Amino acid sequence: MIPHNESMILHTPFHSRCEAACEVNLWEDWKGYTTPQVFTEIDMEYFAVRNSTGVFDLSPMTKYRISGSDSGAFINKLITRDIRKLAVGRVSYVLWCDGEGKVMDDGTIFRLSENDYRLCCYTRALDWLMWTAEGFDVTICEETAEVAALAVQGPTSCAVLKAMGFSGIELLKPFGMAYFNFSGSQLMVSRTGFTGDLGYEVWMEPNLGEIFWDALFDAGKLYGIRAIGSSALDMLRIEAGFLQAGVDFVPADEAIRSGRSRSPFELGLGWLVSFDKPVFNGRKALLKERAQGSRYAFVYLDVEGNKPAEHAFVYHADIEVGTITSAAWCPTAKTNIAFAQVDARYGSKGQSLIAEIYYERELKWTRVMASCKVIDGPVFAPARRRQTPAPNF
Amino acid sequence: MAEKYDAIVVGAGHNGLTNAAYLAKAGLKVVVLERNGYIGGAAVSRELYPNWKYTNCSYVCSLLRPEIIRDLRLPSQGLQVVPYGGGVTFMQNGDYFGNHTDHERHHRELARHSKRDADAYSRYEADVMKQTRIIRPFLMRTPPDPTSLKPRDIRELIGMAKAFGGMGEVGLADTMRFWTMSIGDFLEEYFESDVVKAHLAGSGIIGTALGVYSPGTAYVLLHHYMGDVDGSIGSWGLARGGMGAVSNALAGAFKSFGGTVQCDSEVAQIIVKNGKTVGVALTNGDEIHGRIVVSNLDPKRTFLKIMQETDLPKDLVSKAKNFKIRGSSGKLNIALDGLPTFNGLPKESPLCLGEKHFIDSLPRMERAYDDWKSGTWSKDPYVDMLIPTQVDPTMAPPGKHMMSVFVQYAPPKIDGRDWTSEDRDAFGKTVIDQISSYSPNFKDLILHCEVRSPQDIENEVGLTEGNIFMGELTFDQLLFNRPFPGYAQYRVPAVKGMYMCGSGTHPGGGVMAAPGANAAREILMDLNRASLVPRGYDDD
Ligand SMILES: Cc1cc2nc3c(=O)[nH]c(=O)nc-3n(C[C@H](O)[C@H](O)[C@H](O)COP(=O)(O)OP(=O)(O)OC[C@H]3O[C@@H](n4cnc5c(N)ncnc54)[C@H](O)[C@@H]3O)c2cc1C
Repeated sequence: MIPHNESMILHTPFHSRCEAACEVNLWEDWKGYTTPQVFTEIDMEYFAVRNSTGVFDLSPMTKYRISGSDSGAFINKLITRDIRKLAVGRVSYVLWCDGEGKVMDDGTIFRLSENDYRLCCYTRALDWLMWTAEGFDVTICEETAEVAALAVQGPTSCAVLKAMGFSGIELLKPFGMAYFNFSGSQLMVSRTGFTGDLGYEVWMEPNLGEIFWDALFDAGKLYGIRAIGSSALDMLRIEAGFLQAGVDFVPADEAIRSGRSRSPFELGLGWLVSFDKPVFNGRKALLKERAQGSRYAFVYLDVEGNKPAEHAFVYHADIEVGTITSAAWCPTAKTNIAFAQVDARYGSKGQSLIAEIYYERELKWTRVMASCKVIDGPVFAPARRRQTPAPNF
Repeated sequence: MAEKYDAIVVGAGHNGLTNAAYLAKAGLKVVVLERNGYIGGAAVSRELYPNWKYTNCSYVCSLLRPEIIRDLRLPSQGLQVVPYGGGVTFMQNGDYFGNHTDHERHHRELARHSKRDADAYSRYEADVMKQTRIIRPFLMRTPPDPTSLKPRDIRELIGMAKAFGGMGEVGLADTMRFWTMSIGDFLEEYFESDVVKAHLAGSGIIGTALGVYSPGTAYVLLHHYMGDVDGSIGSWGLARGGMGAVSNALAGAFKSFGGTVQCDSEVAQIIVKNGKTVGVALTNGDEIHGRIVVSNLDPKRTFLKIMQETDLPKDLVSKAKNFKIRGSSGKLNIALDGLPTFNGLPKESPLCLGEKHFIDSLPRMERAYDDWKSGTWSKDPYVDMLIPTQVDPTMAPPGKHMMSVFVQYAPPKIDGRDWTSEDRDAFGKTVIDQISSYSPNFKDLILHCEVRSPQDIENEVGLTEGNIFMGELTFDQLLFNRPFPGYAQYRVPAVKGMYMCGSGTHPGGGVMAAPGANAAREILMDLNRASLVPRGYDDD
């Protein structure tokens, strides 16, 4: 019998430090953990990541450890991308579908050793993983609470980690991972993130959490380090063009109304589907969709004006052709960006559409019919994100 | 000289009162005749022990249609439904499963029993919600007659076909399975933990003379999920003051429209002349006249007890005889001197406010059903126990409590004979002993206990065999088959002026008020009057 934990809401391993840093005391419930929405001020936190270093506690992300002689084969059955070539010490961005080829979630796969992987994702997937694992020699363990993680992101992030003594970190390539000794223990650093900038994610045992945080902020003092909350992260990921489960698509197993879930093609993630593999969940349906065409398209929109197009309807002439799922004014790219799901016929690059935006000023609501254009990719993609050795700032 | 009304409603259950309220609102002169000295039927609050109010039969509220609450302005007649949280299933090994209302705590608690089950729950919830969405739009509608060529029936049938068609082939197949499969088999497709399955299976057998492995019980679960409290689908609440508050508010609305409620007036006979209803005769010999007679009683009582076979078509009589309305539930209502404590459950836990169950596996639940089949009450029953006074301050003095214990299973007869008072005592003891083994101080707190067998429920409420839903909720008795094929539109085609409005009609049992309202719409339509009955709210 596992003892009851009567606490209403859980603390991450960095809680004491987040609490001390959270000046505005604005928290939210993220998968049962209390996590800061804002520490001090959203814009300040946003610019920490674009200008110096921002630190985000991502410990509540769901993590599964997948091991056993069939682990690679199992993962290749689960996901749409082919990971046969993923080397030990490398990370891959992946997604997986249900039997109908509809996206259940996306996430990252870390190849820790020959037959040992970690899957890190937003939704909870153990049930689906176990269904898929039938017939494979594989062990799947949920390890969300056993692995603490901080994202350290921004132009000075490499410099900060170097200052911590992580020598050679600048040579780590995007989607690579490396191990470093820290305080008598070992932690893992991957060059990954959700901000579209130069950045790293640091994975560690929970009991290292507080001392690591302290050492990190000590080292970062001269590099403009700052803790960031989920509100700033949301702006960052929109500017960088990253989709979020539950916001930009409904995880297929949670969709109630028919037609509400989306295929990888319909989310602009067709590049993650590898038909070279003979089997994977959803393959047959996706082949059919590729042959027959998709019903919906995911598009990035460049929206006229400066009013974020949150929750706006999207029109072509007088016809409603879709809705906006995420939108933000992007302070670095100086662009008003939106993600939309539209009827596939209106999803090609260059297509002109109209967003019906409502905004309020002193209790008065105004409607604008803003022209928008389908653009071919995220508006923010700095060279430093991919450079190796990583620049200092 | 016999009194003359436009419409006579037989029975002051909540459906009879709802029906009467709409007829009176439309301007008819209406009387409701009730056998008991009090109104409410199975939605009643009575003071059987000084200063304690018992919610004698029904005890929780979710199905009651919000459209009707609002339209009849029941809040201004004193009705308030307050949500309560959580629920617990106690286990034999000293542990328990807590059904937290907070999504994340719920996940954490599920994971304590099985991490896989915790992650499977969202799929389960989505799948149940899919089925719920199909049924909800039909609650405030009259079922179409699939054999009719009337434009309205065809229109409704097309609507129904569209709702089902919109699900796609796979969805349709899932629905067909869902409506016919057992709750046990359904849950096996999602969960591995015994206690999790046992906790969820309860809703599949409440009020039902079927076991967790009997086909058809998955739908019964849906019947308990299709209601809502303030739009939160599947949530349950407490009517402040007990479920009698529902009936009292409906009676208040009815009277405000000029209606009359007459208690202590048992109808012996519905009088039919030349194929038309003309009124009713009471057991005391009084006659009351009216062209419209609406029966709030179950189909067996309506057609076999208070109507004459010779006034009815033969097929109707045989359908009524074969109607499935087996009793399977009992109830204890207990006045407590204080709040009992439960093994391992902290007093401050929000779970304390919710229902408690003491059976932790499907096989145990099936054995409870085996006892019913062999003609006795379950020796290890499934109980749905609640202490509403933790939330509702109006039902017992401060610091004192009222416990409502719904018990599944209890047969309408013991080995084919009537219940004796010894049986009733032994039945009560079985239940109290089960609870006591998880609550050390419970027995010492009991001040008074009302024990009701299905037979008592039949005698007091007039539900045949004590069946709480006025007929079982299996697919052969639902939608256009409720109560019988060809009679699902609330009227009795062969007898002009004769209608049904009880839980035996679509959409069935529970404190829902939809049957009463739907019947009123049909009656007003037959009278060529504008329908005052509100349309159902859309979920989308
Ligand atoms: C023990 C128990 C627990 C329940 N728990 C719940 C619950 O928690 N939540 C829920 O939603 N539902 C619950 N139900 C079901 C629900 O209470 C019933 O389905 C519903 O109340 C039935 O309402 P009704 O108006 O159709 O019929 P009834 O309430 O049965 O009304 C019929 C009325 O007709 C009267 N009558 C009978 N014969 C005559 C006659 N010859 N002349 C005049 N009057 C007559 C009766 O006295 C009665 O007042 C429960 C039922 C029972 C028995």
